[in-house]
Amino acid sequence: MVYYFKTYNHNQYKKLNIMSGNMNINLKVWRQKNGKSQGKLVDYKVENVSPDMSFLEMFDVLNDRLINEGKDEPIAFDHDCREGICGSCSMYINGRPHGPNQGVTTCQLHMRSFKDNDTIVVEPWRSAAFPVIKDLATNRSAFDRIIASGGFISINTGNAQDANNLPIAKDNADDSFAAAACIGCGACVAACKNSSAMLFVSAKVSQLALLPQGAPERATRVLNMVAQMDAEGFGSCTNTGACEAECPKQISLTNIARLNREYYKAQLFSNEG
Amino acid sequence: MNWITKMFSSSLGQKLIMAITGLFLVTFLIVHCTLNSLIFLNDGGVTFNTGAQFMATNPVIRIVEVVLFIGLILHVIKALLITLNNNKSRPVKYAAYDGKANSKWYSRSMGILGSLLLIFLVIHLSHFWIGTKAAQFNGTISNHNTYLELKEVFESPMNVLIYLLGVISLGYHLMHGFQSAFQTLGINHKKYTPFIKSFGNVFSILISFIFAMMPIAMHFDIIK
Repeated sequence: MVYYFKTYNHNQYKKLNIMSGNMNINLKVWRQKNGKSQGKLVDYKVENVSPDMSFLEMFDVLNDRLINEGKDEPIAFDHDCREGICGSCSMYINGRPHGPNQGVTTCQLHMRSFKDNDTIVVEPWRSAAFPVIKDLATNRSAFDRIIASGGFISINTGNAQDANNLPIAKDNADDSFAAAACIGCGACVAACKNSSAMLFVSAKVSQLALLPQGAPERATRVLNMVAQMDAEGFGSCTNTGACEAECPKQISLTNIARLNREYYKAQLFSNEG
Repeated sequence: MNWITKMFSSSLGQKLIMAITGLFLVTFLIVHCTLNSLIFLNDGGVTFNTGAQFMATNPVIRIVEVVLFIGLILHVIKALLITLNNNKSRPVKYAAYDGKANSKWYSRSMGILGSLLLIFLVIHLSHFWIGTKAAQFNGTISNHNTYLELKEVFESPMNVLIYLLGVISLGYHLMHGFQSAFQTLGINHKKYTPFIKSFGNVFSILISFIFAMMPIAMHFDIIK
Protein backbone atom coordinates (compact mmCIF):
# COMPACT_ATOMS: atom_id res chain seq x y z
CA MET A 1 0.00 0.00 0.00
CA VAL A 2 1.31 3.39 -0.94
CA TYR A 3 0.37 6.52 0.92
CA TYR A 4 0.82 9.90 -0.62
CA PHE A 5 1.38 12.84 1.68
CA LYS A 6 1.21 16.30 0.34
CA THR A 7 3.30 18.66 2.39
CA TYR A 8 2.59 22.35 2.62
CA ASN A 9 4.89 25.16 3.59
CA HIS A 10 3.69 27.96 5.87
CA ASN A 11 2.41 30.23 3.09
CA GLN A 12 0.51 27.42 1.43
CA TYR A 13 -1.11 26.67 4.78
CA LYS A 14 -2.21 30.29 5.07
CA LYS A 15 -3.70 30.11 1.56
CA LEU A 16 -5.57 26.93 2.46
CA ASN A 17 -6.84 28.68 5.57
CA ILE A 18 -6.81 25.47 7.55
CA MET A 19 -4.89 25.15 10.78
CA SER A 20 -3.38 28.53 9.98
CA GLY A 21 -2.86 29.08 13.68
CA ASN A 22 -5.33 29.19 16.53
CA MET A 23 -6.76 32.46 17.72
CA ASN A 24 -7.60 34.32 20.88
CA ILE A 25 -11.08 35.81 20.91
CA ASN A 26 -12.47 38.47 23.25
CA LEU A 27 -16.17 37.96 23.80
CA LYS A 28 -18.74 40.34 25.22
CA VAL A 29 -21.73 38.14 25.94
CA TRP A 30 -25.18 39.17 27.19
CA ARG A 31 -25.79 37.46 30.54
CA GLN A 32 -29.24 37.57 32.08
CA LYS A 33 -30.44 35.20 34.82
CA ASN A 34 -34.08 35.14 33.71
CA GLY A 35 -36.76 37.17 31.98
CA LYS A 36 -37.32 39.39 34.99
CA SER A 37 -33.75 40.25 35.95
CA GLN A 38 -31.54 42.94 34.45
CA GLY A 39 -28.90 41.70 32.07
CA LYS A 40 -25.48 43.00 31.15
CA LEU A 41 -22.61 42.32 28.78
CA VAL A 42 -19.85 40.23 30.40
CA ASP A 43 -16.30 39.93 29.04
CA TYR A 44 -14.78 36.50 28.36
CA LYS A 45 -11.46 35.64 26.80
CA VAL A 46 -11.44 32.41 24.81
CA GLU A 47 -7.93 31.21 24.02
CA ASN A 48 -6.58 28.81 21.45
CA VAL A 49 -9.70 28.86 19.26
CA SER A 50 -9.35 26.79 16.10
CA PRO A 51 -10.40 28.69 12.97
CA ASP A 52 -12.27 25.55 11.93
CA MET A 53 -14.57 25.63 14.95
CA SER A 54 -18.10 26.77 14.42
CA PHE A 55 -19.25 29.76 16.43
CA LEU A 56 -21.31 27.43 18.62
CA GLU A 57 -18.35 25.10 19.19
CA MET A 58 -16.39 28.08 20.44
CA PHE A 59 -19.23 28.62 22.94
CA ASP A 60 -19.09 24.92 23.89
CA VAL A 61 -15.40 25.32 24.71
CA LEU A 62 -16.12 28.40 26.79
CA ASN A 63 -19.01 26.67 28.58
CA ASP A 64 -16.81 23.65 29.32
CA ARG A 65 -14.32 25.96 30.96
CA LEU A 66 -17.03 27.82 32.91
CA ILE A 67 -18.42 24.50 34.22
CA ASN A 68 -14.94 23.26 35.21
CA GLU A 69 -14.05 26.51 36.93
CA GLY A 70 -17.36 26.37 38.79
CA LYS A 71 -17.44 30.14 39.34
CA ASP A 72 -19.91 31.12 36.65
CA GLU A 73 -22.94 29.37 35.22
CA PRO A 74 -22.55 28.21 31.61
CA ILE A 75 -24.00 30.53 28.98
CA ALA A 76 -27.49 29.51 27.85
CA PHE A 77 -28.02 29.52 24.08
CA ASP A 78 -30.40 27.73 21.72
CA HIS A 79 -29.06 25.10 19.33
CA ASP A 80 -30.20 21.81 17.90
CA CYS A 81 -29.27 20.41 14.49
CA ARG A 82 -26.09 22.46 14.00
CA GLU A 83 -26.43 22.12 10.24
CA GLY A 84 -28.51 25.16 9.44
CA ILE A 85 -31.96 23.63 9.08
CA CYS A 86 -33.62 23.68 12.51
CA GLY A 87 -33.69 27.42 13.08
CA SER A 88 -32.76 27.13 16.77
CA CYS A 89 -29.48 28.98 16.94
CA SER A 90 -30.06 32.66 17.30
CA MET A 91 -27.11 34.83 18.18
CA TYR A 92 -26.88 38.50 17.32
CA ILE A 93 -23.17 38.82 16.55
CA ASN A 94 -21.43 42.19 16.23
CA GLY A 95 -24.67 43.95 15.36
CA ARG A 96 -25.99 41.35 12.89
CA PRO A 97 -28.15 38.24 13.31
CA HIS A 98 -26.13 35.06 12.62
CA GLY A 99 -22.97 37.15 12.26
CA PRO A 100 -21.12 38.65 9.33
CA ASN A 101 -21.66 36.03 6.60
CA GLN A 102 -24.62 35.88 4.22
CA GLY A 103 -26.94 32.92 3.91
CA VAL A 104 -25.77 31.04 7.00
CA THR A 105 -27.03 30.41 10.51
CA THR A 106 -24.86 30.88 13.61
CA CYS A 107 -24.00 27.17 13.67
CA GLN A 108 -22.67 27.43 10.10
CA LEU A 109 -20.51 30.43 10.97
CA HIS A 110 -16.89 29.46 11.49
CA MET A 111 -14.22 31.18 13.50
CA ARG A 112 -12.15 31.67 10.33
CA SER A 113 -14.56 34.52 9.60
CA PHE A 114 -12.89 36.38 12.48
CA LYS A 115 -9.37 37.54 13.16
CA ASP A 116 -7.02 36.84 16.04
CA ASN A 117 -7.79 39.10 19.04
CA ASP A 118 -11.12 40.23 17.61
CA THR A 119 -13.70 41.49 20.08
CA ILE A 120 -17.12 39.98 19.36
CA VAL A 121 -20.33 41.25 20.94
CA VAL A 122 -22.98 38.52 21.26
CA GLU A 123 -26.55 39.42 22.17
CA PRO A 124 -29.91 37.67 22.07
CA TRP A 125 -32.59 38.55 19.47
CA ARG A 126 -34.17 41.79 20.65
CA SER A 127 -37.93 42.10 20.30
CA ALA A 128 -40.86 42.65 22.61
CA ALA A 129 -42.35 39.53 21.01
CA PHE A 130 -39.22 37.45 21.77
CA PRO A 131 -38.66 37.84 25.53
CA VAL A 132 -35.31 36.66 26.89
CA ILE A 133 -35.54 33.37 28.81
CA LYS A 134 -31.91 33.31 29.89
CA ASP A 135 -28.70 34.78 28.47
CA LEU A 136 -28.89 34.32 24.71
CA ALA A 137 -32.00 32.13 24.65
CA THR A 138 -35.28 33.84 23.75
CA ASN A 139 -38.85 32.62 23.71
CA ARG A 140 -39.88 32.53 20.04
CA SER A 141 -43.25 30.86 20.59
CA ALA A 142 -44.86 33.98 19.05
CA PHE A 143 -43.92 32.37 15.71
CA ASP A 144 -45.61 29.13 16.74
CA ARG A 145 -48.80 30.99 17.60
CA ILE A 146 -48.73 32.73 14.20
CA ILE A 147 -48.42 29.33 12.49
CA ALA A 148 -51.18 27.91 14.69
CA SER A 149 -53.46 30.77 13.64
CA GLY A 150 -53.44 29.70 9.97
CA GLY A 151 -50.09 28.56 8.62
CA PHE A 152 -51.34 25.10 7.70
CA ILE A 153 -53.74 23.29 5.38
CA SER A 154 -56.65 21.22 6.69
CA ILE A 155 -56.71 18.03 4.65
CA ASN A 156 -57.39 14.39 5.29
CA THR A 157 -54.20 12.45 5.18
CA GLY A 158 -54.09 9.20 3.31
CA ASN A 159 -52.31 7.74 0.38
CA ALA A 160 -50.55 10.28 -1.76
CA GLN A 161 -52.49 10.75 -4.96
CA ASP A 162 -50.88 10.67 -8.37
CA ALA A 163 -48.81 13.83 -8.73
CA ASN A 164 -50.18 14.46 -12.23
CA ASN A 165 -53.69 14.80 -10.85
CA LEU A 166 -52.72 18.18 -9.46
CA PRO A 167 -50.95 20.26 -12.06
CA ILE A 168 -48.78 23.01 -10.57
CA ALA A 169 -46.92 25.55 -12.70
CA LYS A 170 -43.16 25.20 -12.43
CA ASP A 171 -42.69 28.86 -11.43
CA ASN A 172 -45.24 28.55 -8.63
CA ALA A 173 -43.69 25.33 -7.37
CA ASP A 174 -40.25 26.98 -7.36
CA ASP A 175 -41.45 30.13 -5.58
CA SER A 176 -43.38 28.08 -3.05
CA PHE A 177 -40.35 25.91 -2.40
CA ALA A 178 -38.11 28.95 -1.96
CA ALA A 179 -40.58 30.42 0.56
CA ALA A 180 -40.81 27.06 2.35
CA ALA A 181 -37.06 27.21 2.96
CA CYS A 182 -37.80 29.54 5.90
CA ILE A 183 -36.63 27.84 9.09
CA GLY A 184 -38.40 30.28 11.41
CA CYS A 185 -35.21 31.32 13.21
CA GLY A 186 -36.34 34.91 13.68
CA ALA A 187 -33.28 36.60 12.15
CA CYS A 188 -35.66 38.80 10.12
CA VAL A 189 -37.22 40.11 13.34
CA ALA A 190 -33.79 40.55 14.94
CA ALA A 191 -32.45 42.46 11.93
CA CYS A 192 -35.46 44.71 11.37
CA LYS A 193 -35.25 48.13 12.99
CA ASN A 194 -38.93 47.71 13.93
CA SER A 195 -38.55 44.02 14.82
CA SER A 196 -41.20 43.27 12.23
CA ALA A 197 -42.11 39.65 11.48
CA MET A 198 -43.26 40.39 7.92
CA LEU A 199 -40.63 38.27 6.16
CA PHE A 200 -41.45 35.23 8.29
CA VAL A 201 -45.22 35.62 7.91
CA SER A 202 -44.89 36.36 4.19
CA ALA A 203 -42.87 33.18 3.64
CA LYS A 204 -45.42 31.10 5.53
CA VAL A 205 -48.36 32.66 3.69
CA SER A 206 -46.63 32.44 0.30
CA GLN A 207 -45.61 28.79 0.45
CA LEU A 208 -49.30 27.82 0.68
CA ALA A 209 -50.85 30.64 -1.37
CA LEU A 210 -48.82 29.51 -4.38
CA LEU A 211 -50.12 25.94 -4.29
CA PRO A 212 -53.60 24.56 -5.07
CA GLN A 213 -53.64 22.79 -1.70
CA GLY A 214 -53.51 26.16 0.04
CA ALA A 215 -56.38 27.67 -1.94
CA PRO A 216 -59.44 26.73 0.17
CA GLU A 217 -58.12 28.50 3.29
CA ARG A 218 -56.28 31.23 1.44
CA ALA A 219 -58.26 34.22 2.75
CA THR A 220 -58.74 33.10 6.36
CA ARG A 221 -55.09 32.10 6.56
CA VAL A 222 -53.67 35.50 5.68
CA LEU A 223 -56.23 37.40 7.77
CA ASN A 224 -55.65 35.29 10.87
CA MET A 225 -51.89 35.21 10.55
CA VAL A 226 -51.63 38.99 10.14
CA ALA A 227 -53.97 39.53 13.09
CA GLN A 228 -51.86 37.19 15.23
CA MET A 229 -48.64 38.87 14.06
CA ASP A 230 -50.01 42.26 15.15
CA ALA A 231 -51.25 40.86 18.47
CA GLU A 232 -47.81 39.47 19.29
CA GLY A 233 -46.34 42.97 19.33
CA PHE A 234 -44.10 42.87 16.27
CA GLY A 235 -43.52 46.22 14.58
CA SER A 236 -44.56 47.09 11.04
CA CYS A 237 -42.55 46.86 7.84
CA THR A 238 -40.50 49.85 6.57
CA ASN A 239 -39.22 47.92 3.53
CA THR A 240 -35.59 48.57 4.48
CA GLY A 241 -34.67 45.11 3.19
CA ALA A 242 -32.58 44.27 6.27
CA CYS A 243 -34.52 41.02 6.79
CA GLU A 244 -33.82 39.73 3.30
CA ALA A 245 -30.14 40.65 3.60
CA GLU A 246 -29.75 38.80 6.91
CA CYS A 247 -32.03 35.80 6.29
CA PRO A 248 -29.96 32.61 6.45
CA LYS A 249 -32.31 31.07 3.86
CA GLN A 250 -32.33 34.26 1.73
CA ILE A 251 -36.11 34.51 1.66
CA SER A 252 -36.98 37.20 -0.86
CA LEU A 253 -38.78 40.52 -0.25
CA THR A 254 -41.16 39.61 -3.09
CA ASN A 255 -42.87 37.42 -0.49
CA ILE A 256 -43.68 40.52 1.56
CA ALA A 257 -45.26 42.14 -1.50
CA ARG A 258 -47.26 38.92 -1.98
CA LEU A 259 -48.35 39.00 1.67
CA ASN A 260 -49.57 42.57 1.16
CA ARG A 261 -51.49 41.52 -1.97
CA GLU A 262 -52.95 38.44 -0.28
CA TYR A 263 -54.07 40.53 2.67
CA TYR A 264 -55.76 43.28 0.63
CA LYS A 265 -57.36 40.66 -1.62
CA ALA A 266 -58.71 38.76 1.38
CA GLN A 267 -60.08 41.94 2.93
CA LEU A 268 -61.58 43.33 -0.26
CA PHE A 269 -62.75 40.31 -2.22
CA SER A 270 -63.50 37.50 0.23
CA ASN A 271 -66.38 36.99 2.62
CA GLU A 272 -63.90 36.64 5.49
CA GLY A 273 -62.75 39.40 7.80
CA MET B 1 -65.19 45.81 14.22
CA ASN B 2 -66.20 45.66 10.61
CA TRP B 3 -63.77 44.64 7.92
CA ILE B 4 -62.81 48.13 6.86
CA THR B 5 -61.77 49.33 10.33
CA LYS B 6 -60.03 46.00 10.87
CA MET B 7 -58.14 46.41 7.62
CA PHE B 8 -56.96 49.96 8.23
CA SER B 9 -56.04 49.38 11.87
CA SER B 10 -53.85 46.37 11.02
CA SER B 11 -50.14 47.00 10.51
CA LEU B 12 -50.56 46.27 6.79
CA GLY B 13 -53.54 48.57 6.39
CA GLN B 14 -51.74 51.43 8.14
CA LYS B 15 -48.83 51.02 5.77
CA LEU B 16 -51.30 51.02 2.88
CA ILE B 17 -52.44 54.48 3.98
CA MET B 18 -48.79 55.60 4.10
CA ALA B 19 -48.18 54.29 0.58
CA ILE B 20 -51.30 55.79 -1.00
CA THR B 21 -50.92 59.21 0.66
CA GLY B 22 -47.19 59.15 -0.09
CA LEU B 23 -47.71 58.55 -3.80
CA PHE B 24 -50.47 61.16 -3.83
CA LEU B 25 -48.06 63.70 -2.33
CA VAL B 26 -45.58 62.77 -5.06
CA THR B 27 -48.09 63.82 -7.72
CA PHE B 28 -48.39 67.16 -5.94
CA LEU B 29 -44.60 67.53 -5.97
CA ILE B 30 -44.59 67.03 -9.74
CA VAL B 31 -47.17 69.79 -10.26
CA HIS B 32 -45.42 72.08 -7.78
CA CYS B 33 -42.02 71.53 -9.35
CA THR B 34 -43.28 71.98 -12.92
CA LEU B 35 -45.06 75.22 -12.11
CA ASN B 36 -42.15 76.65 -10.15
CA SER B 37 -39.76 75.77 -12.97
CA LEU B 38 -41.45 78.57 -14.92
CA ILE B 39 -39.08 80.95 -13.07
CA PHE B 40 -36.26 79.47 -15.17
CA LEU B 41 -37.85 81.09 -18.26
CA ASN B 42 -36.13 84.18 -16.84
CA ASP B 43 -38.86 86.55 -18.00
CA GLY B 44 -39.02 88.50 -14.75
CA GLY B 45 -41.60 86.11 -13.39
CA VAL B 46 -44.41 87.00 -15.85
CA THR B 47 -45.27 83.41 -16.83
CA PHE B 48 -44.62 82.17 -13.30
CA ASN B 49 -47.00 84.72 -11.80
CA THR B 50 -49.69 83.78 -14.34
CA GLY B 51 -49.35 80.18 -13.19
CA ALA B 52 -49.39 81.18 -9.52
CA GLN B 53 -52.50 83.31 -10.15
CA PHE B 54 -54.23 80.35 -11.76
CA MET B 55 -53.36 78.10 -8.83
CA ALA B 56 -54.53 80.72 -6.31
CA THR B 57 -57.87 81.47 -8.02
CA ASN B 58 -59.07 78.31 -9.81
CA PRO B 59 -61.96 76.74 -7.82
CA VAL B 60 -60.94 73.17 -8.74
CA ILE B 61 -57.48 73.80 -7.34
CA ARG B 62 -59.12 75.10 -4.11
CA ILE B 63 -60.79 71.70 -3.65
CA VAL B 64 -57.60 69.82 -4.58
CA GLU B 65 -55.78 71.93 -2.00
CA VAL B 66 -58.10 70.64 0.72
CA VAL B 67 -57.60 67.03 -0.42
CA LEU B 68 -53.86 67.66 -0.45
CA PHE B 69 -53.90 68.84 3.16
CA ILE B 70 -55.97 65.83 4.21
CA GLY B 71 -53.44 63.57 2.46
CA LEU B 72 -50.53 65.31 4.13
CA ILE B 73 -52.10 65.20 7.60
CA LEU B 74 -52.98 61.50 7.19
CA HIS B 75 -49.41 60.76 6.07
CA VAL B 76 -47.93 62.61 9.06
CA ILE B 77 -50.29 61.27 11.72
CA LYS B 78 -50.12 57.68 10.47
CA ALA B 79 -46.32 57.93 10.36
CA LEU B 80 -46.29 59.18 13.95
CA LEU B 81 -48.59 56.38 15.18
CA ILE B 82 -46.69 53.67 13.30
CA THR B 83 -43.34 54.97 14.58
CA LEU B 84 -44.57 55.07 18.19
CA ASN B 85 -45.78 51.49 17.85
CA ASN B 86 -42.52 50.40 16.19
CA ASN B 87 -40.50 51.91 19.03
CA LYS B 88 -42.43 49.77 21.49
CA SER B 89 -41.58 46.60 19.59
CA ARG B 90 -37.96 46.62 20.77
CA PRO B 91 -37.82 47.76 24.43
CA VAL B 92 -34.18 46.71 24.96
CA LYS B 93 -31.89 48.06 22.25
CA TYR B 94 -28.83 46.31 20.88
CA ALA B 95 -25.45 47.23 22.38
CA ALA B 96 -23.83 46.65 18.99
CA TYR B 97 -25.90 47.44 15.91
CA ASP B 98 -24.55 47.26 12.36
CA GLY B 99 -27.43 48.66 10.32
CA LYS B 100 -25.31 49.70 7.36
CA ALA B 101 -24.43 46.05 6.74
CA ASN B 102 -27.96 45.21 5.65
CA SER B 103 -29.84 48.39 4.69
CA LYS B 104 -29.48 51.95 3.44
CA TRP B 105 -29.27 54.65 6.12
CA TYR B 106 -32.09 56.69 4.60
CA SER B 107 -34.44 53.69 4.58
CA ARG B 108 -33.88 53.43 8.34
CA SER B 109 -34.28 57.20 8.84
CA MET B 110 -37.65 57.87 7.19
CA GLY B 111 -39.04 59.21 10.48
CA ILE B 112 -36.19 61.67 10.99
CA LEU B 113 -36.20 62.73 7.33
CA GLY B 114 -39.98 63.14 7.48
CA SER B 115 -39.75 65.24 10.64
CA LEU B 116 -37.14 67.48 9.01
CA LEU B 117 -39.46 67.81 6.01
CA LEU B 118 -42.36 68.74 8.26
CA ILE B 119 -40.31 71.46 9.99
CA PHE B 120 -39.23 72.69 6.57
CA LEU B 121 -42.83 72.64 5.38
CA VAL B 122 -43.95 74.87 8.27
CA ILE B 123 -41.22 77.38 7.42
CA HIS B 124 -42.02 77.09 3.70
CA LEU B 125 -45.75 77.67 4.24
CA SER B 126 -45.04 80.67 6.47
CA HIS B 127 -42.92 82.13 3.66
CA PHE B 128 -45.38 81.74 0.79
CA TRP B 129 -48.68 80.06 1.56
CA ILE B 130 -49.79 82.37 4.37
CA GLY B 131 -49.18 85.46 2.20
CA THR B 132 -51.23 84.00 -0.65
CA LYS B 133 -54.02 82.92 1.72
CA ALA B 134 -54.15 86.42 3.24
CA ALA B 135 -54.39 87.92 -0.25
CA GLN B 136 -57.17 85.48 -1.15
CA PHE B 137 -59.20 86.58 1.86
CA ASN B 138 -58.47 90.28 1.41
CA GLY B 139 -59.46 90.08 -2.25
CA THR B 140 -56.05 91.42 -3.29
CA ILE B 141 -55.02 88.15 -4.94
CA SER B 142 -55.05 89.67 -8.45
CA ASN B 143 -52.25 92.05 -7.36
CA HIS B 144 -50.33 89.38 -5.49
CA ASN B 145 -46.77 89.05 -6.85
CA THR B 146 -45.46 85.64 -5.79
CA TYR B 147 -42.32 86.11 -7.87
CA LEU B 148 -41.38 89.17 -5.83
CA GLU B 149 -41.97 87.15 -2.66
CA LEU B 150 -39.55 84.51 -3.92
CA LYS B 151 -36.93 87.17 -4.61
CA GLU B 152 -37.28 88.60 -1.11
CA VAL B 153 -37.18 85.28 0.71
CA PHE B 154 -34.14 84.01 -1.18
CA GLU B 155 -32.15 87.20 -0.60
CA SER B 156 -31.33 85.78 2.83
CA PRO B 157 -28.51 83.19 2.72
CA MET B 158 -30.05 81.61 5.83
CA ASN B 159 -33.26 80.91 3.93
CA VAL B 160 -31.31 79.46 0.99
CA LEU B 161 -29.58 77.11 3.42
CA ILE B 162 -32.89 76.07 5.01
CA TYR B 163 -34.35 75.32 1.57
CA LEU B 164 -31.31 73.32 0.54
CA LEU B 165 -31.52 71.21 3.70
CA GLY B 166 -35.24 70.83 3.02
CA VAL B 167 -34.78 69.51 -0.51
CA ILE B 168 -31.94 67.18 0.54
CA SER B 169 -34.28 65.65 3.14
CA LEU B 170 -36.94 65.40 0.46
CA GLY B 171 -34.57 63.65 -1.96
CA TYR B 172 -33.56 60.95 0.52
CA HIS B 173 -37.13 60.58 1.81
CA LEU B 174 -38.34 59.98 -1.75
CA MET B 175 -35.45 57.73 -2.65
CA HIS B 176 -36.72 55.17 -0.16
CA GLY B 177 -40.36 56.20 -0.06
CA PHE B 178 -41.10 55.94 -3.78
CA GLN B 179 -40.09 52.33 -4.28
CA SER B 180 -41.23 51.37 -0.77
CA ALA B 181 -44.77 52.54 -1.58
CA PHE B 182 -45.00 50.10 -4.49
CA GLN B 183 -43.74 47.24 -2.32
CA THR B 184 -46.39 48.08 0.30
CA LEU B 185 -49.06 48.13 -2.41
CA GLY B 186 -47.94 44.60 -3.26
CA ILE B 187 -46.48 45.66 -6.60
CA ASN B 188 -43.22 43.75 -6.84
CA HIS B 189 -42.26 41.67 -9.83
CA LYS B 190 -38.99 41.05 -11.60
CA LYS B 191 -40.60 42.41 -14.77
CA TYR B 192 -40.89 45.98 -13.52
CA THR B 193 -39.51 46.37 -9.97
CA PRO B 194 -35.98 47.16 -11.23
CA PHE B 195 -37.56 49.93 -13.33
CA ILE B 196 -39.58 51.28 -10.38
CA LYS B 197 -36.42 51.38 -8.26
CA SER B 198 -34.29 53.16 -10.88
CA PHE B 199 -37.13 55.51 -11.79
CA GLY B 200 -37.60 56.34 -8.10
CA ASN B 201 -33.93 57.14 -7.69
CA VAL B 202 -33.73 59.30 -10.83
CA PHE B 203 -36.99 61.05 -9.92
CA SER B 204 -35.82 61.78 -6.36
CA ILE B 205 -32.50 63.20 -7.46
CA LEU B 206 -33.99 65.17 -10.34
CA ILE B 207 -36.83 66.77 -8.39
CA SER B 208 -34.53 67.72 -5.48
CA PHE B 209 -32.00 69.13 -7.94
CA ILE B 210 -34.62 71.29 -9.71
CA PHE B 211 -36.03 72.49 -6.39
CA ALA B 212 -32.50 73.21 -5.10
CA MET B 213 -31.67 75.31 -8.16
CA MET B 214 -34.56 77.68 -7.41
CA PRO B 215 -33.20 79.36 -4.23
CA ILE B 216 -29.65 79.20 -5.62
CA ALA B 217 -30.56 80.83 -8.93
CA MET B 218 -32.62 83.48 -7.13
CA HIS B 219 -30.00 84.21 -4.50
CA PHE B 220 -27.13 84.61 -6.92
CA ASP B 221 -29.29 86.62 -9.34
CA ILE B 222 -28.89 84.08 -12.12
CA ILE B 223 -32.61 84.70 -12.58
CA LYS B 224 -33.45 88.37 -12.67
